Amino acid sequence: MYEGAVQDLIDELGRLPGVGPKSAQRIAFHLLAADETDVRRLAHVLVQVKEKVKFCEICGNVSEETQCRICRDPRRDLALICVVEEAKDVVAIERTREFRGRYHVLGGAISPIEGIGPDELRIRELMQRLASGEVTEIILATDPNLEGEATATYLSRLLRPMGLRVTRLASGLPVGGDLEYADEVTLGRAFEGRRSIDD
Amino acid sequence: MYVTALGLLDFRSYQQAEVELTPGVTAFVGPNGHGKTNLVEAIHYTATLGSHRVATDAPLVRAGASRAIVRTEIRDEYERDVVVELEINPGKANRARINRSPVPRPREVLGLLRTVLFAPEDLALVKGDPSERRRFLDELLTLRTPRMAGVRQDYDRVLKQRNSLLRSAQMARRQNRSSAADGQLRTLEVWDSNLARTGAELLATRLELLESLRPLVSGGYDAVARGKGDARLEYKSSVPLEPGMRSREQLAEALLAAVRDKRQDELDRGVSLVGPHRDDVLLGLGDLPAKGYASHGESWSFALALRLASYELLRADGGEPVLILDDVFAELDAQRRDRLAELVAPARQVLVTAAVGADVPGELSGVRFAVGDGLVSRA
Repeated sequence: MYEGAVQDLIDELGRLPGVGPKSAQRIAFHLLAADETDVRRLAHVLVQVKEKVKFCEICGNVSEETQCRICRDPRRDLALICVVEEAKDVVAIERTREFRGRYHVLGGAISPIEGIGPDELRIRELMQRLASGEVTEIILATDPNLEGEATATYLSRLLRPMGLRVTRLASGLPVGGDLEYADEVTLGRAFEGRRSIDD
Repeated sequence: MYVTALGLLDFRSYQQAEVELTPGVTAFVGPNGHGKTNLVEAIHYTATLGSHRVATDAPLVRAGASRAIVRTEIRDEYERDVVVELEINPGKANRARINRSPVPRPREVLGLLRTVLFAPEDLALVKGDPSERRRFLDELLTLRTPRMAGVRQDYDRVLKQRNSLLRSAQMARRQNRSSAADGQLRTLEVWDSNLARTGAELLATRLELLESLRPLVSGGYDAVARGKGDARLEYKSSVPLEPGMRSREQLAEALLAAVRDKRQDELDRGVSLVGPHRDDVLLGLGDLPAKGYASHGESWSFALALRLASYELLRADGGEPVLILDDVFAELDAQRRDRLAELVAPARQVLVTAAVGADVPGELSGVRFAVGDGLVSRA
């Protein structure tokens, strides 16, 4: 145990995800040795992130304004909505530069063990967005695990009767990988989702 | 295949142990409580990633140690050497290495070593709860098709999620919060279809396994009991099944229909009532069920027949499994003991444990190790 502030810092850092007691100690001593301006800057952004960052009123993505960059962008296709679990999934899909529609961040996936049902997710907000009739296709991009699949199934049962085109991201082999390294579940899915080669 | 060496670090009573093994029969002899079973338990763990004695990993780690390491060197059916190292970390993820390279999941080692273990606990296969027989089937499934480990994990996860949902809906209803209950139940159908999908896959492979096992068990029983009796197996599902229903799609439909049928019961009790987790295998001798009617000796014959059938089945798949006979001879009468010894003697590798040397039948004279006070030495 260290004295006062140092131990407080180690304890706080240790509560962050992915940081164990050893790493917390290392970061604490790094900060102690660092330039005061650097530390002030870090402290400043930590406070800012809580003060400034809001969630987009349309899609639920992190944003500094009431609407996020993507929802404000007039070049985006209003007919398409891609539904994801977390804001970090938006960033991942944006990196592909393939998708030109807008997003909807649910804030998680259905998981009764953790007490998360449809009411805990931003599903009501999604339904409100659909009311205007502009949207024609919903792409379900929840994680390809049990909870993500359950969420996708739930949403598709909710959305299909509304006459929307509902699609799910394909799952299969990673591009540039070797077949032999694929695990059996992925390979099995890839078999199920195989398609014929057209010229 | 056979095991050429076993190395243990902080596993059960062993701080450290190294044992070199050869094909043929090897017997570990020593007083009870000195660690004979721990050796074969480690080998069986490498094959199944589970212990035949305990349900969790914690007791496998030596008291005071934080993790245990089991290193098993295997020569497979193509005469290639494979080294499997398992690090058992109770409460955390276990880790595995194959030929010194780490693998992403311990599950990857399944299939490299196959074992069939006979133990005093086997009597529970005949006399015990349905869970014993389900475990028998599923363990054998995983040995034959390692992919099934993933399916079983998925099924268990779906079941846990679904039970959570049913329970919280039940709580909400009891507290008269009907809107909360309705909210939770809206997702129930999603979990129904997940249960049907993963459950049907498990059910289909179990039914298929039972078909292949049936003649072998009946043959095994005749061999052990010298043709006295007519051992039968029948899968008893919690889902009403038509005869001949085998495909995954048909089974998924039947499961879904059964789930809908039991809806009210499930809501009242807050737990999933249909699916492979409620199934059983009925063991019968002639027209009577073995449980409750078979004598102690007949029950033992049946248990041995189930294990012998597993061995035959795995052998027919290619890759003869290692046979492990953990303290079984002391449990058997002289006749069954001799019959079993005769039947297993020709196997590629047989590992036997016994408290006294006299318990090991003459047919199984081979290499002998003395086990005492945490030391294993060639006798």
